[in-house]
Amino acid sequence: MMERRLRRTSLYIPGTNPGMLANASVYGADSIILDLEDGVPVSEKDAARILVRNALRAIRYRGVEVTVRVNALCTPFGKDDFEEIIPLAPDAIRLPKCESAEDVRQADALMSELESRNGIQPGTVQIIAITESASGGTKLSEIAAASPRIAALNYGAEDYTADIGAVRTKEGHELDDIRAKVIVAARIAGVQALDSVFGDVNDMDGLYAEAFRVRQLGFDGKSVIHPRQISVVHSAFTPSEKEIGFAERVMKAFHEAASRGTGVIALDGRMIDAPVVARAQKIIALAEAAGCLLIEG
Amino acid sequence: MNNERTGVSGSLESCDALVMVVFSPDCEGLEIEIDSPSIASFGEEMRKAVRETLESAGIFRGIVKIQDRGSLDCTLRARVETAARRALAGDVREKVNT
Repeated sequence: MMERRLRRTSLYIPGTNPGMLANASVYGADSIILDLEDGVPVSEKDAARILVRNALRAIRYRGVEVTVRVNALCTPFGKDDFEEIIPLAPDAIRLPKCESAEDVRQADALMSELESRNGIQPGTVQIIAITESASGGTKLSEIAAASPRIAALNYGAEDYTADIGAVRTKEGHELDDIRAKVIVAARIAGVQALDSVFGDVNDMDGLYAEAFRVRQLGFDGKSVIHPRQISVVHSAFTPSEKEIGFAERVMKAFHEAASRGTGVIALDGRMIDAPVVARAQKIIALAEAAGCLLIEG
Repeated sequence: MNNERTGVSGSLESCDALVMVVFSPDCEGLEIEIDSPSIASFGEEMRKAVRETLESAGIFRGIVKIQDRGSLDCTLRARVETAARRALAGDVREKVNT
């Protein structure tokens, strides 16, 4: 049930920038977001839609998840975005202004229609839901459960804090509430939880601190707006040697118990239960993605 | 020339192209002018891409002026298609300085 794809970083690529679109996969992000929404002025929505569509047709993005942030269906641009982008079957769309289960179902239905019309298995393209309002923040569980296409929950920090009347701060305490809601709803639904962007591209220490904190909270990754933020976030999402060593020993004990046919797993005289094994699996996956040398247990 | 309609798309940034399409029923056919550092090596391919894109958009008569800054084929086609759609929509925008 749990989505295993790594999404430590999701890099926004403006849909108006041909140079960045051409090179989007070389920066090393786990996921790229070809952006048709807030990163594109209204006067260039048509141009960005065609440019991104052509990029999806022509460019082979290797080793990276390809997603497109479309405009919401409640805007004048959303339907055109879906009609141009879904036939190219990106890995996922990022659905902004996702404030209810109905928003997801509406997108799901249109996607299924477009997939069928273009010879694509319905359900192929996933949805990463972006919630941006106080109202949406109270409906995250129903949003996450609204379609099997939902792969992850995300939130828009600027729009959300504006909607609740909070002041944006470096510390980010105004996001504590929505972060907790996103994580809990994602875990209930068995999907990933993805954190919003850190806006100051010159503050690498602040970025690392925030990324490290959201990983501790349970997030699976974080959006980034500049390529140089990628390595910093990956570093924050890379487990320590101690964590990796313990995870390896947990997995070794787990496999030994499985080979003995016993459900009871013991390590250092303590019983290891399923959540500990799940956490160990996640740490090993993060360590492998980061290219860490695994320590023999 | 009263039926002329102009569409502009793109930019002079690196890897992009600034394209102006003047849809003009009074023209004999398509007049394509390309200013590009790649013209010696890829001029024919670029003209072919422009012609195919315009004809797909239903434009067979008009003038196209392109200032290319090293765009990929997919970018050039996107810029031409956008300019063509804007021209057909009667969307007159700032003209390219030539």
